[in-house]
Amino acid sequence: MASEESRDGGISDVTKRLRAEDHVATGVLTAIVVAILVALVAVIGYILVSGAGKAFDLHFLTSKPESFKAGGGIGPELFNSFYLLVLTLLISLPISLGAAIFLTQYAPEGPVTNIAKTAIETLSSLPSIVVGLFGMLIFVLGAGWGFSIISGALALTMFNIPILVRVIQQALEAVPRDQRDAALALGLTRWEATVHVLVPAAMPAIVTGVILSAGRVFGEAAALIYTAGQSAPALDFTNLNLASPSCPWNIFRPAETLAVHIWKINSEGVVPDLAAVSAGTAAVLMICILLFNVLARIAGRAIERRLTAE
Amino acid sequence: MNKELDEREEVAQAASSAHGGGRQPRVRSKHSIERGGLVFTGVCVGLVVILVVMLIFMVCSRGIATFVHDGISLGAFLSGTTWNPHTNGPDGQPLMGALPMICGSFAVTLLSCVISLPFALGASIFVVEVQPTFGQKVFRPMVELLTGIPSVVYGLVGLSIVVKWTSGWAGGTGYGIFSGSIVLALMILPTVTSLATDAIAAVPDSYRDGSYGLGCTRWQTILHVVLPSAMPGIVTAVIMGMTRAFGEALAVQMVIGNAAKMPTGLFTPASTLTSVLTMGMGNEAMGTVFNDVLWSLAMVLLLMSLVFILIVHLIGRKGAAKNG
Amino acid sequence: MSGHSMSRRSFVLVGATLASTLGLGLVGCGGSGSTSTSTDSSASSDSSASSANLSGSVTAVGSTALQPLVEAAAEQFMEKNPGVQVTVQGGGSGQGITQIAAGSVQIGDSDVFAESKLDNPDDAKKLKDNQVCVVGMGPIVNPDVTVDDLTLDQLKSIFTGEVTNWKDLGGSDEDITVINRASGSGTRATFEDAVLGDTKVPDSFKPQEQDSSGTVVKMVASTKGAISYVAFSYYDETTKALKVGGVEPKEENVETNDWTIWAYEHMYTSTSPDDATKAFIDYMLSDDVQGSLVEQTGYIPITGMKVTRDADGNVTNK
Repeated sequence: MASEESRDGGISDVTKRLRAEDHVATGVLTAIVVAILVALVAVIGYILVSGAGKAFDLHFLTSKPESFKAGGGIGPELFNSFYLLVLTLLISLPISLGAAIFLTQYAPEGPVTNIAKTAIETLSSLPSIVVGLFGMLIFVLGAGWGFSIISGALALTMFNIPILVRVIQQALEAVPRDQRDAALALGLTRWEATVHVLVPAAMPAIVTGVILSAGRVFGEAAALIYTAGQSAPALDFTNLNLASPSCPWNIFRPAETLAVHIWKINSEGVVPDLAAVSAGTAAVLMICILLFNVLARIAGRAIERRLTAE
Repeated sequence: MNKELDEREEVAQAASSAHGGGRQPRVRSKHSIERGGLVFTGVCVGLVVILVVMLIFMVCSRGIATFVHDGISLGAFLSGTTWNPHTNGPDGQPLMGALPMICGSFAVTLLSCVISLPFALGASIFVVEVQPTFGQKVFRPMVELLTGIPSVVYGLVGLSIVVKWTSGWAGGTGYGIFSGSIVLALMILPTVTSLATDAIAAVPDSYRDGSYGLGCTRWQTILHVVLPSAMPGIVTAVIMGMTRAFGEALAVQMVIGNAAKMPTGLFTPASTLTSVLTMGMGNEAMGTVFNDVLWSLAMVLLLMSLVFILIVHLIGRKGAAKNG
Repeated sequence: MSGHSMSRRSFVLVGATLASTLGLGLVGCGGSGSTSTSTDSSASSDSSASSANLSGSVTAVGSTALQPLVEAAAEQFMEKNPGVQVTVQGGGSGQGITQIAAGSVQIGDSDVFAESKLDNPDDAKKLKDNQVCVVGMGPIVNPDVTVDDLTLDQLKSIFTGEVTNWKDLGGSDEDITVINRASGSGTRATFEDAVLGDTKVPDSFKPQEQDSSGTVVKMVASTKGAISYVAFSYYDETTKALKVGGVEPKEENVETNDWTIWAYEHMYTSTSPDDATKAFIDYMLSDDVQGSLVEQTGYIPITGMKVTRDADGNVTNK
């Protein structure tokens, strides 16, 4: 395009203009990235700062919530969130691992694999409220388990499976082909090759991915309001009677989580210290998510070091 | 590929059995291990497929009951502009027009995409073309962190910052489509950014080298070479963002104002399919027409997300066809 | 090399542990599920052994508005009857009616009569209605509104869209912004029954709607000329509560039905509840709850009511 300009001066003019454009564009792009980072820091900072007073108050972290008086805590909610997370992972991890191995190692080409892939993709794009309502229909009302931990954990499993399958699938696919081929050439079956070679090699990525997905599960609320319920009975850690609603390990008791608690008190709460409680709860939730993120990276790196140090 | 592997195994088995009958049982046990693995993983996949099919079937059968069992006309449901199920309209039918919520859902979805797209696109160009190391080391983990923030926390931030700020300069209460879109834009930003980054990074370097070889500046290269070839991927990224925005429930419900009426402006309360669903499901007893119609809303949500996936697939297929 | 085999082995170990825990967990589900039913059935036979003479477990599901009161009462009740476990859950009035009608819980909490939630009102006859307290509600306006008192007819004209400016009601020249409650909410049903009666709201009048009480108060407080309605417990200094027909929104006026905008809070049980459920309902109606907790949570004791009202709205003196 420069050739259309007059011979001297013209070229440098055009070049100058283009250079200037380039500089402006780079400036704008930099500004956008800075803006995003500022927004991120602002959101996290706001949450942490406004809730810090409550979040580091031991009484707030351990006592039970109040329904209409000030001074309630989030003890049961905190426990419920972790318990639900552990149960969800216990159920969803084996299934996701199996499904991911099937898709990466066995997957016969044809309709079966296509259907499976489509199903997982569909599940991943479903609104979590729809998953929650389905959970209510099947587990709460259908199976008659009521608003309970097990209903919530199963609903969260549906929400978590597509995330886990994708993470594990990517981790398995990232293992160099030679490793698998070498294992097969040694006479191992595909299953043995997968279990003894592929999965251990993919372990760092799998662990990182699973912990990151745990953060998503930990903060999920829409799938839980009609499955695990919106109430948190006071817990008694000395109670080991699995049928009692106050026994922390009873999977048939209703269990409000931190995320659901934030939503509930903001929409229908009557406690006078509502703003402080919700800010504090949000800060605790955010700190847990940050810890998950840090943990995911540390754990992934640690396992990798162990594997490569041999 | 698999056939080939099977053949290889058969050869290996044949070879080992030829060595002597003593190793026969071991081969058989290998076979059963292999079959066991296949069965286990197959069952896992089957379980997922069954769950998805069951979900779609159950939600749709509940949703369709409104029209089949309760006799509400589909037309009135999709085009009615009044949502007041407990009151009967002039024709004696309950007023169950879902159009206000459908419009509300689309309005927040589109607006949030419009807001977040420039940011997402700019950021992904920056981290691929301008500062790849910064992108990998700092930006990507930060964006992942943004994905991890729970939606209720976004809702809370929206409630205490965005709504107040909006009401400050736009007047009114601050609740409305605009506040909802801002919150959603922030929420879908990581999804759109990371997918758009992948799309831009996937453009072969030879394209860029060719452009630079012709003497183009970086910006010219990005604008005329990189973006056009990454376009299908970018569109996919936007649609995945829309899918998330369309289905998001609690964050939107906390800031949109939840007025089930036709949206008249960006700053007056409106409602979305998800917000009415979230609040209403607890209020109505199962099996009543009021409850059935809520399931119809859930069905609309479900079908919309299926449509979004279909679009992504079509784009993928078209892109594949184009690239041969 | 040994490290490698270690990590392999430990991985398999982890896998095995996961699988076995899962298996155990599932066995646990079945196990504890059946235990809970067996506790229920053995409740009556056990009662002699229990120090408090009562055992079993009671689950109450439903109205989120009533949840705080029932939770607080359940806590006190369990202190007195250590053998009984009362679990209180929210979920909404509709959920409460659904689950009690299906027999999956012992108590269904509701803000409205079950008749109005069910397609077939006869289904409500299979339930026992226990009215545990009364909730009074009334109109609130933005503090800049100069009107203090409205008649029921004036309220009706506002909420049907006939009157759109405060000056027509004796106030200053200012548009009225009506904030209605979401369709299906108990507050809206009560308000419309009391204020609108059989009058239809014209299709053309579409005020804003808002579901949660807290948000309604915030919106009325921040919107000039706004009017809405909330339960007495949501009254605060950011909004102005109106008198209706000269009557103040006060507990004693509700008790005599001089203030007509009120509703019962219901705890539905089956027509033949088990002992523990019956005892809990009795406790809800006892002075322990009616005297203190009910008022602390912003409700009006049922014991003080001088009138009764049935599902069709007919009021009779006690």
